[in-house]
Amino acid sequence: MIRMLSLTAMLAVATPVVAQDPAHMPGEEAVDPYSVADANAGAQPFAGTEMFDAFHGQAGIDRIVDRMLDRSAADPRTAGIFVATDMIRLRRTLKEQFCYVLGGPCAYTGRSMKDAHDDIGLQPADMGALVEHLQTAMEEEGVPFHTQNRFLAKLAPMRRDIVTR
Amino acid sequence: MRHLLKLSLAFMALSTAVQAQNLIPDSRSGGKLLLTGGVSTVEGSGGGGIATWATITGYGEEDGIGANAHATFVDLPDYEFRTAGVAVGLWDRVELSIARQEFDTGNTGALLGLGQGFTFTQDVFGAKVRLTGDAVYDQDRWMPQIAVGVQHKVNDQGVIIAAVGGRDHEGTEVYVAATKLFLAQSLLVNGTVRWTNANQTGLLGFGGDANDEHEAQFEGSVGWLVSRNLVIGAEYRTKPDNLSFAEEEDWFDLYAAWAVNKHFSITAAWAALGSIATFEDQRGLYISLQAGF
Repeated sequence: MIRMLSLTAMLAVATPVVAQDPAHMPGEEAVDPYSVADANAGAQPFAGTEMFDAFHGQAGIDRIVDRMLDRSAADPRTAGIFVATDMIRLRRTLKEQFCYVLGGPCAYTGRSMKDAHDDIGLQPADMGALVEHLQTAMEEEGVPFHTQNRFLAKLAPMRRDIVTR
Repeated sequence: MRHLLKLSLAFMALSTAVQAQNLIPDSRSGGKLLLTGGVSTVEGSGGGGIATWATITGYGEEDGIGANAHATFVDLPDYEFRTAGVAVGLWDRVELSIARQEFDTGNTGALLGLGQGFTFTQDVFGAKVRLTGDAVYDQDRWMPQIAVGVQHKVNDQGVIIAAVGGRDHEGTEVYVAATKLFLAQSLLVNGTVRWTNANQTGLLGFGGDANDEHEAQFEGSVGWLVSRNLVIGAEYRTKPDNLSFAEEEDWFDLYAAWAVNKHFSITAAWAALGSIATFEDQRGLYISLQAGF
């Protein structure tokens, strides 16, 4: 039995997940098949739960992501980005990503930063605006400024994959 | 009054720049995060107060342009030092700046035999190019943002400069600047090497009877991000000592820069500018206002 399980696990590693990612939620649009891996999150998670706790756990992360995206979608500078975006999927995967990177008990099931942003055509100034909305959302959640910066330092290098224009 | 006029001219130039921005394709403003474009140095370049950074001034990212005007006032025991200028940052790649500095000897002018209120006026024309790196976003690399720049300075008091042993009333300096934000630590670090033979950054001319060669001098800044719109820190700047009539000392300051928003910032500092033209311990309040985008 154990042998069979490990065989299945090996197969799972060897072959990309063909259909949707396992956490695919009702209401989400289909995306092209891709390999699911935490590495897609684009950053090594913090060790321990200090950061996850400082963000008030999953509930805090959920509020931060929702507020960040609400603000971004309402901001004339960035609203255009989200017109053709599956917001249900984006909210879910972003929450997973933040939880994973912050050391929370989550797996990241979304695509890599490169694959997720390839066709969006984000400009450098868009990146700045999105970071500002994230900063405001973290501030509203009461995450201390210097803790915010530790998290932003993990996300910052993703700019190379996020900004494509 | 004259300064006020100059400042308003600077702001007029700025508003022209804002209009011009609309005519430039692919240009957006305000892409950078608050304070990450630096403030305006006394020489007009983007950076701290007395140290030039590798950052390109203004809030334009690679897809935008930025520009600003500044006015700075340093109240010293025996002198008054004022600068005003404008600078543009193009696509986070090139920075062009111009500043007028006035070193007002006030009552000290009479004691120096120059006359009451004698003022050295110097214009500084600067250009800077970012070579590589991103001070803010490259958080997974040690590589800082690196820029090279040149400053051409023209002082209007050639006769007096020659009389005190200075070799020239104008000079050109080149520098290499490296700037890195250690975001996880909320710490900004900058180091710049400048090849210069300027006396008191050119306010007392260039080269002198004791030394006329350009030599490498260092200027450094550290800054700690207190909040999104406040940074506090310190700066240090070494200088040559070319004139035998008066010892020249290094500069030092402790500063706080507050960005009201992306259009307006105020920098206050305590600046220790050492001995200037035989008058020692020139320490005082530094106030700088910057407006731009």
